[in-house]
Amino acid sequence: MKFLPLIWSNLRRKRVRTTFTLLSILVAFLMFGYLIAVSNAFDIGVQIAGVDRLVLTHKVSIILPLPFSYMDRIAQVPGVADVAHATWFGGIYQDPKNFFAQIAVDPERYLRLYPEFLIPEDQKKAWFADRTGAICGKYLADRYHWKIGDRIPITAPWLKKDGGTSWEFTLDGIYTGATPTTDTTQFLFHYDYFYESRLRHDATVGWYIIRIAHPDQAPQIAEKIDALFANSDTETKTSTEKAFMQGFAKQVGDIGAIITAILTVVFFIILLVAGNTMMQSVRERITELAVLKTVGFPNGLILTLVLAESVLLAGMGGALGLGLAWLLISRGDPTGGALPIFVMPPWSTALGVVFIIVLGLATGTLPALQAMRLRVVQALRRG
Amino acid sequence: MQRLINWLTQVYAVGVLNLRTLPQRFGSSAATVVGVAGVVTVFVAVLSIGEGFRATLQAAGSPSTALVIRGGSDTEMMSGITLEDSRVVQDAPGIARGAAGPVASREMLVLVDVPKITTGTEANVPLRGVTPVAFEIRTKLKILAGRNFTPGRNEIIAGAGAAREFAGLHVGDVKHWGKTDWTVVGVFTDAGSVSESEIWADLNVLQGAYNRGTLVSSVYASLGSPADFDAFKSALTTDPRLNLKVIRETDYFAEQSVMITTLVTRLGFLIAAMMGVGAVFGAINTMYSAVAARTREIATLRALGFGGGPVVISVIAESILLAFVGGVIGGAIAYVVFNGYHTSTINWQSFSQVAFAFRVTPLLLFQGFFYSVVIGLVGGLFPAVRAARTSVAAALREL
Repeated sequence: MKFLPLIWSNLRRKRVRTTFTLLSILVAFLMFGYLIAVSNAFDIGVQIAGVDRLVLTHKVSIILPLPFSYMDRIAQVPGVADVAHATWFGGIYQDPKNFFAQIAVDPERYLRLYPEFLIPEDQKKAWFADRTGAICGKYLADRYHWKIGDRIPITAPWLKKDGGTSWEFTLDGIYTGATPTTDTTQFLFHYDYFYESRLRHDATVGWYIIRIAHPDQAPQIAEKIDALFANSDTETKTSTEKAFMQGFAKQVGDIGAIITAILTVVFFIILLVAGNTMMQSVRERITELAVLKTVGFPNGLILTLVLAESVLLAGMGGALGLGLAWLLISRGDPTGGALPIFVMPPWSTALGVVFIIVLGLATGTLPALQAMRLRVVQALRRG
Repeated sequence: MQRLINWLTQVYAVGVLNLRTLPQRFGSSAATVVGVAGVVTVFVAVLSIGEGFRATLQAAGSPSTALVIRGGSDTEMMSGITLEDSRVVQDAPGIARGAAGPVASREMLVLVDVPKITTGTEANVPLRGVTPVAFEIRTKLKILAGRNFTPGRNEIIAGAGAAREFAGLHVGDVKHWGKTDWTVVGVFTDAGSVSESEIWADLNVLQGAYNRGTLVSSVYASLGSPADFDAFKSALTTDPRLNLKVIRETDYFAEQSVMITTLVTRLGFLIAAMMGVGAVFGAINTMYSAVAARTREIATLRALGFGGGPVVISVIAESILLAFVGGVIGGAIAYVVFNGYHTSTINWQSFSQVAFAFRVTPLLLFQGFFYSVVIGLVGGLFPAVRAARTSVAAALREL
């Protein structure tokens, strides 16, 4: 501890260089934060998935409708605890660029299946009772500045009975997520309203969500359900929500992976460049280290001093970078809607700290070892 | 004039001095080059994704082709047009007439799950039902392998992009969708457009397989000339019997690329901006140590009568040069690794897969080089000013 002032004055020796090295490290770890958030955003579905939920879709494609009558038959399969249906609406709010999921659901069933959608009891009651009511996630409400009670017009591809295409919904509630990765980008409304107002009546839904009593039986139950509808006009494909989301995320293909890979490479390049400067500044002081050795500093202490200096520098830059990343990322999606779930998961901070320590040790060790092995006479002569 | 030449000579002299001492500072100079190269690689590579995607969707459109879908829908997928309505469209003014009547193609678009080769998981591949007139509208479409499908048979042809990205779409393969078996009889190209990501089948067969009756998704109409669009549009949108949306094909596809290009462009610029700041800090460090290492030489020159201006310019020039070398390396890496890289992704706007290739365009490379020069300029500025400001006496005494 008594050597802290020595370390500090070494850092302050070339203040400009120390400052800019610090800033480089800061930027590197700011990037690291974004790298994690971006890669996270690309395969977010996997984390949204509940272990006890299955998703049932049409076997040929998710866009094809399923008979409404399947619900009761699914519910009777042993091991199935609950089931809800959902139907993609696909309308436009003001501009086609405002893309978000509008889903026609049976409100009570749907919320039973998604307990992580937290909504105040009074709002929930109001929505259940309001046939043209809707609720939305907090992300959407913030993005479009919606308040409870607002009338939200959505132009739909579905003709209404009155010949129009404009559907109006009253916002009865706003749900929040139980965890930061909960999907709060959905817009949910009554299937009954949708079904009755639509010009073309067919008793179909888009997909089913199924809760099973024992998650470990998922494959067997999924198989049993699909067998129920095999060789019918509408065959089904049941998978765990995780597999379904994974398949969905993988539709993005390797673009997400490529962007993540590029960011990773660059993170290490910046570290390399900053590390090089740090090593250089130790190398320049080899004469001084030789002086310390001459006055009797043991090798181990010199090693510790140099390492402490580089770890301190890396630590300050890294902590500021991670802090700034957290601050900026918690302000949300930088792309204006394409990556709605943009967060830094807690484990990323831990990983960041590991990188900071590795950076400090790696940049300090080489020159420190050099200094330790140095013959005093030789080092002094170099000056 | 004499003074200018004198000034330039000084810049040259100091510049050469700087460059000749460069090998002595190889480590830190290389760090700057590597740092900037990283920035430019990322900048160019990420933006080339957006360029490639946009190019694929833009290749699809012709300004003299109009797309008719149902009012209220913004994609073909969500649209539906009855037989009577599509007949009205075919008789609308402005449509070019071919040997077999009006060049208006009634088409049906659905999705089928086909495994993506790179991930092995199912992906939404567009399956389009067409009649022979569709080939009159896509004039660049060519059968690359095999033959075209025979009307009335359960045969399909696959776009070259789809055949490359998704499993089991080669001539002779059989696909089982629903209760129907489809045989792949051909593979086609369409000048790199989005059609190449699709699978095509006979309209009537597809309607039958999907119980669609005579309903179609859209009508593509070839107009006599791009100028006929307004008349065509107003004829259809003012007809009280119809509820249709009429868009130019070019506008339709431009709209479809908005989301992904915005995502990639914003992400690219954000990342490049952050990294640029990092690279500037690196460059500043390098140039400060470069200047520090030459304090004696610079002071000697100043004592000999060299002005402060040439010193500033030469330091900045060195910084720009290093950064530019980094920029060129970065651009070259991005070009070699990413240009023409084939992939496919889901276009959330149409909910279907689009096969495309990354495109490192000259404009992107130019932007990358320009960016590297800016980094060099900013990075060299402060050290340069400091070099020029240091008092000659103090600098010489330092030794």
